[in-house]
This record gives sequence, C-alpha cells and structure tokens, in this order.
Amino acid sequence: MEIFANLALGFGIALSPFTLALAVAGCFLGTIIGALPGLGPSNGVAILIPLTFTMGLDATSALVLMTSVYYGAMYGGRISSILLNIPGDEPALMTTLDGYPMARQGRAGDALVLSGVASFVGAFLATVGLMLLAPMLARVAYLFGPAEYFALYLLAFCTLGGMASNNQAKAALASCIGLGIAMIGVDSSSGLPRLTGGNLHLYDGIDFLVAIVGLFAIAEVFFFIESHGKGSSIGVKLDKVRIPWKDIMDTKWTMLRASGVGFIAGILPGAGASLGSFLAYMSEKSIAGEKGGFGTGVAKGVAAPEAGNNSAAGGALVPMLTLGVPGSGTTAVLLALLMTLNITPGPTLFTERPEVVWGLIASLLIANVVLLLMNVPMVKIFVKVLMVPAWVLLPGVTMISFVGIYSLSGSYFDLLLMVGFGVLGYILRKLDIPTVPVILGILLGGNMEDALRRAMVLSDGDAMFLFSTPIAVGLWIAAIAGFVAPMFLRGVLKKPPAITD
Amino acid sequence: MTKRLFKALVASAVLTLGAGTAATAAECIAPANPGGGWDFTCRQIGKIMYDIGAVDQPVQVTNMAGAGGGLAYNHVVAERNTDEDLIIAASTATSTRLAQNAYAGMTADQVRFVGAIGADPGVIVVAADSPYQSLNDLVEAIKADPGSVAFAGGSAVGGFDHIKPLMILQRAGFDDIKKVKYIGVDGGADAITQTVGGFTQAMTGDMSEIVGFLKAGEVRVIAVLTDERVPGFEDIPTAKEQGYDVVAVNWRGLYVPKGISDEKFEEWAGKLQQVADSDEWAAAMEANGLAPFTKVGGDFQSYVDNLVLEINAMSKELGVIQ
Repeated sequence: MEIFANLALGFGIALSPFTLALAVAGCFLGTIIGALPGLGPSNGVAILIPLTFTMGLDATSALVLMTSVYYGAMYGGRISSILLNIPGDEPALMTTLDGYPMARQGRAGDALVLSGVASFVGAFLATVGLMLLAPMLARVAYLFGPAEYFALYLLAFCTLGGMASNNQAKAALASCIGLGIAMIGVDSSSGLPRLTGGNLHLYDGIDFLVAIVGLFAIAEVFFFIESHGKGSSIGVKLDKVRIPWKDIMDTKWTMLRASGVGFIAGILPGAGASLGSFLAYMSEKSIAGEKGGFGTGVAKGVAAPEAGNNSAAGGALVPMLTLGVPGSGTTAVLLALLMTLNITPGPTLFTERPEVVWGLIASLLIANVVLLLMNVPMVKIFVKVLMVPAWVLLPGVTMISFVGIYSLSGSYFDLLLMVGFGVLGYILRKLDIPTVPVILGILLGGNMEDALRRAMVLSDGDAMFLFSTPIAVGLWIAAIAGFVAPMFLRGVLKKPPAITD
Repeated sequence: MTKRLFKALVASAVLTLGAGTAATAAECIAPANPGGGWDFTCRQIGKIMYDIGAVDQPVQVTNMAGAGGGLAYNHVVAERNTDEDLIIAASTATSTRLAQNAYAGMTADQVRFVGAIGADPGVIVVAADSPYQSLNDLVEAIKADPGSVAFAGGSAVGGFDHIKPLMILQRAGFDDIKKVKYIGVDGGADAITQTVGGFTQAMTGDMSEIVGFLKAGEVRVIAVLTDERVPGFEDIPTAKEQGYDVVAVNWRGLYVPKGISDEKFEEWAGKLQQVADSDEWAAAMEANGLAPFTKVGGDFQSYVDNLVLEINAMSKELGVIQ
C-alpha cells in the first residue's frame, strides 16, 4: 500500500520533536485566535506568516505551524459562539444557533465538549479524505485549460460572493473593487505598468497580505475606537465540564453526514468552511424536521455545523494542494505562504515534494489529536482568554499587524497602504458591504485575467472558446447558479438573533 | 526608491567601515529574495570560493530584490562602480531584460560580465502522445500552419522561454514570428500541465523544470538546446544535431562593476574558474539540475554581448519593445 508508505514518510517528518512542538504551539495559538471574536482563521494565519520568516523555518515546518493554526482556529471559533453568542469566526456562525441556547440552559460545558468532539470527527474524516482523494484529484488538473480556469475563478467569485452577503449587488460591488485593485501593477502580458501613477512601489502590484491585514485587523481596531472600547463580557458561566456521552452517541450519524457535506463544500473552490457549516446545519435540520427542535439548543444543532466546518477546512486543502486554487479564504492565505516558500502547488506537488505533502497530512492528523486533547479537558483555559479586556487585546493586534507587514517588505509604504485598507474596510462594513469578495478579487483577479487572455491567444480571440468543453460549461452553470441561488435562499440565511437581555 | 537607495547607502557605508578594519571581505549581491536562483548562485559560489581558499574571508551575501534585478543593477552602476570586492549574481534573465530595456534605460555595457559556471539547458517538449516525434516535425507543422501549434512557457510574453522556439524557427527560415502562438503561465510545471492536457501543443522551458514529468513518462523532449547532449539525458537529441544551430541555456553567473581594473576582472574570472573546477560545485550542480557550462572572462563578455544583440533584434520584431 503506497498510502501507508507515504504516511510513514509523513510521520517520519512530522514526529520530529521540533515539528511536533510547532504543531502543539500552532494548535494552541490557533484555538485562541479562533476563540477571539473578530480574529478568524484567515487573519490569524495572515498575521502569523511573518513569524515563520523571522524564525527562519524551512518549508515543511512553516506549513506545519500554519496548518495547525488553521485547524486550531476552526476548533476555537465555537467557544465564543457558544458562550457569547458572537461567532469567533465566520464559519462558527451556525454554531451560535443551538450552541448559545444550550449554554443558557446551563449546559455550556456539554455544548463545548460535544462541539469539540464534532470538530474532531469532521477534521479527522476530512484529513482521511484529503489523503485518499487528493492524488486522484491531481489528475484532474490536466483537464483544466485557460477556458476552464477562467470559469473556475468565476465560480469562486459567484459562490463566495453569493454566500458572504444578503445583498447580491453589494457582493458584486465588493468583487469589482477587489478586481480593480488587482489591476494595479505591471501587466504580465505586455510588461506595461497600469494604474501605478508612476509610483515604483506599486509596480509589483498590491501585496494581498497588506490588504488582508488592513481590511480585517485594522478595520477591527477602528470599530473598537468608535465604540470607545467597551470591554467584552462573558454572557454565560461555565462551572464544571464533564463528557456528555449520551449526546455524543446520539449525534454520531449527524457528525458523519455533516462531515461528508462539509468536505464536498470545502473542495469547491471559493465555497469554504462557512458554506460547509451552513449546508451541514441545513441538511440536518431538514432531516430532523419540525420535531428536531433545531434552534432551541439541541445536541445535533451543535454537532452538525462544527463537524461541517472543520471538515470543509480539510476539504479546502484539496484544490489548494493539487490545483493551486484556494478553496477558502484561509487556504488562499496558505497558498500565499507556499508561494513565498518557493513551493508551487499543483499536480506535481505530490510527486516533486512528497515530504511537504505527506508531512503536512501527518501533521494535520497529529494536530487533530492535540486539538481534541486541548479542547475537551482544557476548555476552561481558553474561556479565560475571552476575559482579557479588549483594550489590552486590540492594541496587541495592531502592534502585531504593523510589525508583521513591515517585516514582509521593509517598506513604510506598505504600512500606509495597510492603514488605507483599514479605512476602506471600516467604510465597507459601515455600508454592510462584505470584505471577503474584495480579498478574493485582489487574490484571484490577476489569475482570472491571465486565464482569459491566454484563452484569447489560443483561440485567436474567439469568445466561444470559453464555452468549448463540457467542464467549462458546467462551471459556468454552477457559477451562475451559485450567484443567483442565495437570492432565493435569503429567508433561511438570517443572522442569529442578537443578545437582548 | 530614494529610501531604498538610502538604506543601501547606509548598508554599503557600514560594509566599507567593516572592510577598513578587516581584510577585504567580498560581497555578493543576489538581486532577489532568499530562495531563488540568484540567491542560490551567490550563496553557493560564495561558499565554495571560501571553502577552496579562493577568498580569505567568507563572502557576504546581500539580497536586494526589486524590479526583476533592476534595483540591484541600478545600485551597482550608480553607487558601486569602482568597488573591486563586489560580485553580483546574474542569469539569462539579466541579459534578456537588458536587451529589452527593462532596466529603465540602463544597458549591458554599464557592467562587466565576468563568467558563467553552469546552466539549465533549454528544452522543447511535447506530450508523450503527441504526433510530433522530432523538432523537424514541429517546425514543419508551424511552417505549414503557424496557428496549429501553441507553445506554453514559464516566462512572460517576450521572455526567454518565448524567445527559444522563435530562435529555432528563424534558423529554419520562418520569419513571421509574430504568428507563433505563445502563452506565458506561472512556471514550468504549469506549462507542462497545459501541454499534457492538450491545451497547448508544445512546451518551452528549462531541463530542471521537466525532469519530474519526464521520469513519470508524461512528456517527450524533442530537443535540448545545448552544444552537446546533456550528461544523464544522453537519449535526448540536441537541436544542433537536428539541423537547427541554436544554443539557449539559462546560465548562472556573475557580473562585476564596470569601473574595476582589468587585473581585478581577470582575478575574479580566475576565481570563478577555480569554483567551476571544484568537486563541490559539481555536486551543487547535480543537486540543482544544472549542466556544466563554463565561460569566463572575455569569452563570456562576448557571449553575453551577442545574446543581448540577438534578443534585442528579436524583441523588436515581436513588438515587445520599440
């Protein structure tokens, strides 16, 4: 069995004391980042990337650390969802629906442990899926030419844009802002500078890490200043934690189904974990029917979205590693990390850099076990972190952002740009325009344009080339459906009720 | 720009002060971030020079990324023109960019190219199931219908990967090079993927980029663009033996400032020759997929001059530059 030989290779790398220590540290940091409201996996990973450079980590170690943070954040997001009714990150949104009611019934400990186990099941199954399916999916890359890639990027914009907002027009506007920003810099097809205003700093385009940190972290600080620093408070008390065996056994099929749904959602480029947890919750809700009592604090309502979003997190690694196309916002950041480390994800990654891929897979499995151990008995420690007042927390975030971005390029221009993006993020959120499509636009806009222009070169400018294969046509249909469908699903996409008492 | 120059000035001032107290410590500028080909050139050559005793102090490596090597080039020409202890990593990309005036008006004669000691051979590759068995098949097909063959390569339009097939076609008497289809993708692996997938008919790139696919049996190399067949790949014919006199390799070498004395220039050329002859360098080349390609001193300078002229002429024809 080749897989076992590969796994052995992977564990040989991941089980070195140093990498193991990195995995544990990454899991711990990740869980805290996930638990902190506003700090999600994508900005958590983005902020920590410069750390890997200053530590001088090699490719495998850097990847182990960052994916541990990634998985950790997916676990951690549920903590503030359940205790505060504030999702720690976007994918944990659905967990608030049943997690918080459950906590208010005095079962906060049960909800936390149950969701921890569900996260483990989801993430574990997804890692197994990644292991078994990724090499197979790698062959798929040969079926993707410029026309197919163009349609694929379009699909990413349509599904993510469609999910991220209740208003399609705003999502489309946000995507266009991102695409516009992506046009800045030297045009790769002609070598001519565009929209640079003669500023040499803009010739290489805008680094999307600058945009990500600005739009998420700095914008968060502006909101904090606006609210005059009202501190965070724990809404629910957590007394003692025991393992709710009955709930775990009751929800085993829910977890399995939700993991499957989440994994598929994760593989679709651009859909990501939020879609995974949403689909998992919705499908379990419809299976349980009216009697299921979803929304009133039932165990299944906690298990489903958590299994779903953690499984989607694993699924999102499949297209990133095999096609070089990120499946979610966080994998987009991870992709940036890989490219900075001179690793080009793609079909050859598995054959050319097996130590990177299988080391990663093995460390994901290790991270999972570490996270289960960390999140079930030690959940109280993470709850304590939420009691850190925001006036301590946010200046720290600001400092990390500035140091991190400066260390990327050593240019103060990037710092100005980052603050500029912070202002943009603040304005966009005030206008209720989602910022995720902006990031996606900056990240994928250049690739999408290149794909289109290559297609035009190959076809001598014939636009019908874009619809010339079944795969391309299928992707176009999926993209259009992904953009239009949420308009009709808007009724079920309501945000969780705010705390009123 | 001025900030960076200022930083560079401070850095060089510090270095000069350091040099005043210690014996001469040479500096190698890698005009890119750590990890790339230029960085490899500086670190490997610098380390081997010290290991074999060609220099008496470890060579200090400075990374100066920006504008595809243009920032470092500008720095050397404008600030360090007479620095005898300075070497700068260069490759085919350096000469291509100089030929295409991509360094903001600076020209190849503003520095001295001291030598190359290794190269990644250029290759023309087709999918394993392609009807094109030889370079001749491919050239004839393009002559008959230029639209029937599209090339994929890892460099942008007008880059060296684009230039390679055009050099072959010109030797074959095909002059309408603007008609040849070429798409620039993100690196050699991507170019291979497009070719194996059938979206393009041929791939143009470097040997090191295709070794994995060649071993997997996915591709056929129809020509390698070297003088002799490459050791380890003796079954791959050169373009030359198929009747197309084209040598196009991605060489790894160094340039030095223009203003240094001829003796110093020859001294660096000699040190480079020593590295080229060492076992350490042979091992480093093998580990990184490079083939032997040693040209030092005046030989190399005239090789680069000719390369720049040829690429410049071709780029004008392509319309990449005016």
